[in-house]
Amino acid sequence: MAKIVVDGVEFEVNPDNNLLQECLSQGLDLPYFCWHPCMGSVGACRQCAVKQYKDADDKVGMLVMSCMTPAADGSIISIEDEQAKDMRERVIESLMISHPHDCPVCEEGGECHLQDMTLMSGHNYRRYDKKKVTHRNQYLGPFINHEMNRCITCYRCVRFYGDYAGGTDLAAQASHHHTYFGRHEDGVLESEFSGNLVEVCPTGVFTDQAFSQHYSRKWDLQTAPSVCTGCSVGCNTIPGERYRQLRRITNRYNSDINGYFICDRGRFGYDYVNSDARLTEPSQQFDAEVVPIAEQELQSVLEEFHSGEGGTIGIGSPRASNESNFALRCLVGDENFYSGLSDRSQEATQLVLKLARDKVFHSPSVREIEKADAVVILGEDVTNVAPRIALALRQSVRNKAKELAAGCHIPQWQDAAVRELAQHDRSPLAILSSYATRLDDVASDCVVDVPAALVDTGFAIAASLSDLSGAPATTEHNAVAERIAAQLSAAKRPLIIAGTTAGQTGLIKAAANIARALSARSEAAIDLCLLVPEVNTLGVSMLANNDNKLSEALSKLASGAARRAIVLENDLYRRADSETVTAALSGLEKLLVIDQLPTATTSQADIVLPSTAFSEHEATYVNYEGRGQLSFQVHRNHNRALPAWRWLNDSEPGDVEAMINRCAEEAQGFDKLDDLLPDIKQFVAGMKVPRQSHRYSGRTAMRSQVNVHEPKQPVDSQSVMSFSMEGIPSASNATVLGSVWAPGWNSNQAISKFQNEINGELKQGHTGSLLIERTESVSSFYTPEAAAQESAKGVLQVAPAYQIFGSDELSARSHAIQQRMTDAYVGISPEDADSLGLKQGDSVSLDGNGTLATLCIRSRIRTGTAAVYCGDNQINPHSLGATLTLSKSETISDDRGISGLIVSDLYEEGY
Amino acid sequence: MFTLIKDSLLTQVRTLWLVFKKLFTKADTVEYPDVQPYMFPRWRGRIILSRDPDGEERCVACNLCAVVCPVDCIALQKAEKDDGRWYPEFFRINFSRCVMCGFCEEACPTNAIQLTPDFEMAEYVRQDMVWEKENLLINGTGKYHDYNFYRVSGMQIDGKDKGEALNEAAPVDVRSLLP
Repeated sequence: MAKIVVDGVEFEVNPDNNLLQECLSQGLDLPYFCWHPCMGSVGACRQCAVKQYKDADDKVGMLVMSCMTPAADGSIISIEDEQAKDMRERVIESLMISHPHDCPVCEEGGECHLQDMTLMSGHNYRRYDKKKVTHRNQYLGPFINHEMNRCITCYRCVRFYGDYAGGTDLAAQASHHHTYFGRHEDGVLESEFSGNLVEVCPTGVFTDQAFSQHYSRKWDLQTAPSVCTGCSVGCNTIPGERYRQLRRITNRYNSDINGYFICDRGRFGYDYVNSDARLTEPSQQFDAEVVPIAEQELQSVLEEFHSGEGGTIGIGSPRASNESNFALRCLVGDENFYSGLSDRSQEATQLVLKLARDKVFHSPSVREIEKADAVVILGEDVTNVAPRIALALRQSVRNKAKELAAGCHIPQWQDAAVRELAQHDRSPLAILSSYATRLDDVASDCVVDVPAALVDTGFAIAASLSDLSGAPATTEHNAVAERIAAQLSAAKRPLIIAGTTAGQTGLIKAAANIARALSARSEAAIDLCLLVPEVNTLGVSMLANNDNKLSEALSKLASGAARRAIVLENDLYRRADSETVTAALSGLEKLLVIDQLPTATTSQADIVLPSTAFSEHEATYVNYEGRGQLSFQVHRNHNRALPAWRWLNDSEPGDVEAMINRCAEEAQGFDKLDDLLPDIKQFVAGMKVPRQSHRYSGRTAMRSQVNVHEPKQPVDSQSVMSFSMEGIPSASNATVLGSVWAPGWNSNQAISKFQNEINGELKQGHTGSLLIERTESVSSFYTPEAAAQESAKGVLQVAPAYQIFGSDELSARSHAIQQRMTDAYVGISPEDADSLGLKQGDSVSLDGNGTLATLCIRSRIRTGTAAVYCGDNQINPHSLGATLTLSKSETISDDRGISGLIVSDLYEEGY
Repeated sequence: MFTLIKDSLLTQVRTLWLVFKKLFTKADTVEYPDVQPYMFPRWRGRIILSRDPDGEERCVACNLCAVVCPVDCIALQKAEKDDGRWYPEFFRINFSRCVMCGFCEEACPTNAIQLTPDFEMAEYVRQDMVWEKENLLINGTGKYHDYNFYRVSGMQIDGKDKGEALNEAAPVDVRSLLP
């Protein structure tokens, strides 16, 4: 700890940081633009000038840029010094010379860092009488609007997009006051993290296009802390609602998980909540006729299920909350409750859970993934399955640069210097995959082979680390395997990533073997990150009995052993092949399906009950590391949809907190779930926290066209938040951080006022509870599975492929995401395409059975592999075997094709 | 004794005299509504939405009037024309709540919302005091004749390209190396 004096007040600070960061950590107001807590300093904007004095006798001092000056022990600085204030005012005056006077028509207005800093610096009048520089805008795709005139050239966009997120299609162009930030030509921004530009840009150059289509000012949005349901990472978000419509999602800082950034699936995948297709009232289906059910009739139907006479099969869902799955389990009983995962996925997930209880491993949080200094990924396409982790992996390869910088006594926050020093020196990141991934550009080794060969390579890595790990199958990748093993064993914090989406349990076992081999050499538990696809895959697997397989449930239903079934927020046609599902569902006495949107399964149901979407109920989810997180209700729904657990609850309709408490008490492994609930006594005078801002506008006019007499403010009897402005907003208390705002800080940069220190934990914040306890210690290694075999000519081995936009069931129903989705495709190598006589974009038939897909020739895919992307369930993955054959089809499958597909190795003729 | 006469009798005589004098002056009150009073142009009465000198809606749906309104009686929703021009999809004022404070006019960056001298807004049914955009929007510029927000701001719209707003240089050619 170092002591510095700021304007006569002494502070204890961290000398490894710069003055700006430490001043902000202390809660002082100091304007800045180019510095970002996650991206360090480059000293580009000159806005954070302060006066520094040599010693107590120095009365003159000198102006320094606080972001470029270390917070060395004994520093004496002044923020309030007249000269420093004058400098800051003049700097912002010059930055604002060409600002286009369009705040009223700018989506950033009201949450603009530039507005805040201008006010803070005291500039208010444009004295410069020459002309303003103007720029042409670009089309940047369906997510981001571009208004280049507003730019103040802080370089944050390109530093985030290129340096931090590894995007290659956004750069600074031209020079001096002509500097332009954009693409080389109009076109869709390729990075999966482009949405963060909206939050990174201190002004309105990059704005949220989807939000702009139903725009509201920040102060008009009703918000609450929520958790993204797009994948298993569980990033924290702040959804905002206005006029009964979910309008946008922004990042909510969580020091352990997403930090300052979320992916585009999470940011733009909310719109299905507003969809006209949503199920809104309980209905009964007779053949093709859909009839709403009256309240009384519904009661008798539900009682029939509740009475429990004759077995009812309950099929849960990995996209439903713990409470809903638990309520279903209570209703149908342990023995009749099924997780709703496909058999293959359930087997793999059970393996993941088993390893999650093993003492020698550790499930790293996203923040911990960033700290890894050697990584191996076994089979997972991280960018498309758990995008936020891919962003963290891009930071992990920079640990080499940080190490080099430390050796040269360069502070870590000197961003440009650290990058310059390291050049292309990176920490090792090895990727074993069946096709090129979007992380290949930072990978030290890429092994591209058929799935079975990847398993062999995985075991070969383990074998070269430990003799105890079964005999290595000889593969052509042995040399690479040895190199990867050497890198892992040399690392201080190695990380092994595998998961269930690659469809090979062998890869998870190989990952476990590698980690176990490493643990023999290390004191600490080894980071083993096992990815699952959906938001609550782990939660539902923890609730379900291992032996209850979906196929058994379906065969029980088909054979008539069970006559009634409840399907909870699950489209079974995504979990098993169509014939089996149809056979199981068609002959039932009563099929009750609860869901948010109509699916192939709801169309088979006798009774359909509408359930609320993620923003319409309070719920808990378990992420990939076993972290339970609480997501608050953001807004009320105005139809008859209920949270699924409310339909299923057999006792009196209690509140959600009672349900969470009951789940914590009764469900094994969920004991820490009730820790997530905030205590109302923590808040000022036990008052609730408002979901609406203190400047929420239009309250006496927004409903007055219906009735001029305003209705009573709705009461939220269930949670610590209120559906109005009533209550005490959480000033600096981040227990329920619904909106990031502090006096003078209207933009999201106000987050520093809620952090213990910059990049630290939130004050009173809850980062979630790790539910899975590591109690088991197993010492045995898995034995390698059968080695890869050559397949017959023309027969391709199937490797499942995923896309960030499209593979998630619910976000794929959102308008913005749909514009980026492609058709189902089959990716094969140019050689295979040649021998089959197929061309890029051809329509192909799979196994000759009429299932259509678009052909996507990829240059970095092993000959003999077919990467199958199922689109939005256009291909049922469960009707595919381990191999497939392709033939050209004359029918065009869909007009969308694969145009706009973002993969790193799309094959172009003659390229 | 003298004080008593002065305080009671003389003051009453004086009062009578003053009232008598007023018999010959012009009356201040008028026979409203037969005679209409003169209302000063800056009187804060019925709120209107004006148009710019080109005849387009001035309101850009920035929401500043709504947020400054102390009784929160303005609600609106932003929409966008094909050329990028913002406008309110609906704009509603609940006059039964309005206190005619004029903050909305002060906050308006485009001079769109203005208070007029008209004060005759009484209704028998309170619901009729909810005014929508079609009731509020007038066909003229109101009190401010010249201001046209889009001529000043840098946003590109139909008929005004980048670089054509007030004090703007032509758009930069990013591929040029000239200073």
